[in-house]
Amino acid sequence: MNWLTTFMNSSIGKKFTMGTSGLLLCLFIAQHLVGNMMLFGGEALFNSYVATLSAFKPLVRIIEVIISIIFLSHIISGIRLTLDNKRANSSSYNVNTGSETSSFSSRTMAITGSVVFIFVIMHLSTIWYRFQLVHGSGSYYDIILGDAVGFGNPIYAAFYVVAMILMGVHLKHGFQSAFQTFGVSDSRYKGLIEKMSMIFWLVIPAGFTWIALWFGFIAEAI
Amino acid sequence: MQINLKVWRQENRQAIGGYKNYSVSDVSEHMSFFEMLDKLNNELVRKGEDPIAFDHDCREGICGSCGVTINGRAHGPLRGVTSCQLHMRSFKDGDTLVVEPWRAASFPVIKDLVVDRKSFDRIMESGGYVSINTGGTPDANAIPIPKIDADAAFDSATCIGCGACVAICKNSAAMLFVGAKVTQFTKLPQGKVERRERVKNMVAQMDAEGFGSCTNTGACEAECPKEISLTNIATLNKEYLKASLC
Repeated sequence: MNWLTTFMNSSIGKKFTMGTSGLLLCLFIAQHLVGNMMLFGGEALFNSYVATLSAFKPLVRIIEVIISIIFLSHIISGIRLTLDNKRANSSSYNVNTGSETSSFSSRTMAITGSVVFIFVIMHLSTIWYRFQLVHGSGSYYDIILGDAVGFGNPIYAAFYVVAMILMGVHLKHGFQSAFQTFGVSDSRYKGLIEKMSMIFWLVIPAGFTWIALWFGFIAEAI
Repeated sequence: MQINLKVWRQENRQAIGGYKNYSVSDVSEHMSFFEMLDKLNNELVRKGEDPIAFDHDCREGICGSCGVTINGRAHGPLRGVTSCQLHMRSFKDGDTLVVEPWRAASFPVIKDLVVDRKSFDRIMESGGYVSINTGGTPDANAIPIPKIDADAAFDSATCIGCGACVAICKNSAAMLFVGAKVTQFTKLPQGKVERRERVKNMVAQMDAEGFGSCTNTGACEAECPKEISLTNIATLNKEYLKASLC
């Protein structure tokens, strides 16, 4: 297994871990958005959707562990790469022209990623945690829209919107960057990657944002 | 025209450097940037001061010896131009130019604007060559090479190894340089034979030299005086993944 250790500790190996885990997390958020869209179907539909998932609890638990491992490996490889890169770039220029030669999203990956991480921790400790406490006739729908930790709480809803926008900024660079790391962006798939990238950095974050805006602010006002 | 300069001065590797301000008068717009520095150095020597050290050789944009950042841009503000081919007509009378050496942990400053780029040499020594017996010089049509591959190999081979990619990268990554060197061999029949060991050795040496890793910001491509494309990094990644995992 020496070859695997060498690969995983190489700069490109760390990038490979970053890209693979990032793309798997993209698949997760796509699935998550589909689930969230059930909110528009009303309380009964949403509750029955979550209840159906709960019926497969052992499987859901296994998937949760796998997603956690993927998420942690994304964070750990990100931290390792950031530390390596800080060591490599020992001193800064008197005049910094990064904005002229690179995109905003590519330069702010650590910041946008950190905000999304804080959001995920908050999301798990509120919505996910309360979902685990629901038994019998409890309503998952009420937790999501409630004043405590749901969209009924304007601070929570506003942070949700900000986090989703920053996730979009993160994915604007991250999604296509993963394919560059895999070495396929120089091929005939370039056009397809750009189109798929737009789904993940624009459409999906916009979907989450719309749900928060609708249930947090708009639905109440009209 | 009159040009004001804020130049990084550093006595030697160990010394702590700092910026020093100069003013150069009667600068012709037809002068190259280095001819302007030559003019300043002549004045400094006449005054008994130490001239500004900077790397240069061919002054034709092909040797890769030169390289400074001017107002934060590697090789100055123009695209696809080396420092030596930059002319003063790119600036205005009274401009202030901040002139700095390449800044990266793997490119330590030797003196003033001169940095040690031996790390690039060591990467080339680790695999940037063809060691198989290729025989005598064959006729050009003896080994058919698709034009698209020949052109891609040539494009990659135009890398002059100046280090601008490292200098401008926020991670001081050398992947555009290594990518170009790996790609130029990988595209050609003689180079393909040793592609697996080459890419593994060159990446290992690149990491050992302490260069950072690419975050695909594209700054290197934007600043490369030979306009080496980011696709070279994609090729490097693909070659390394295949060599390591397949």
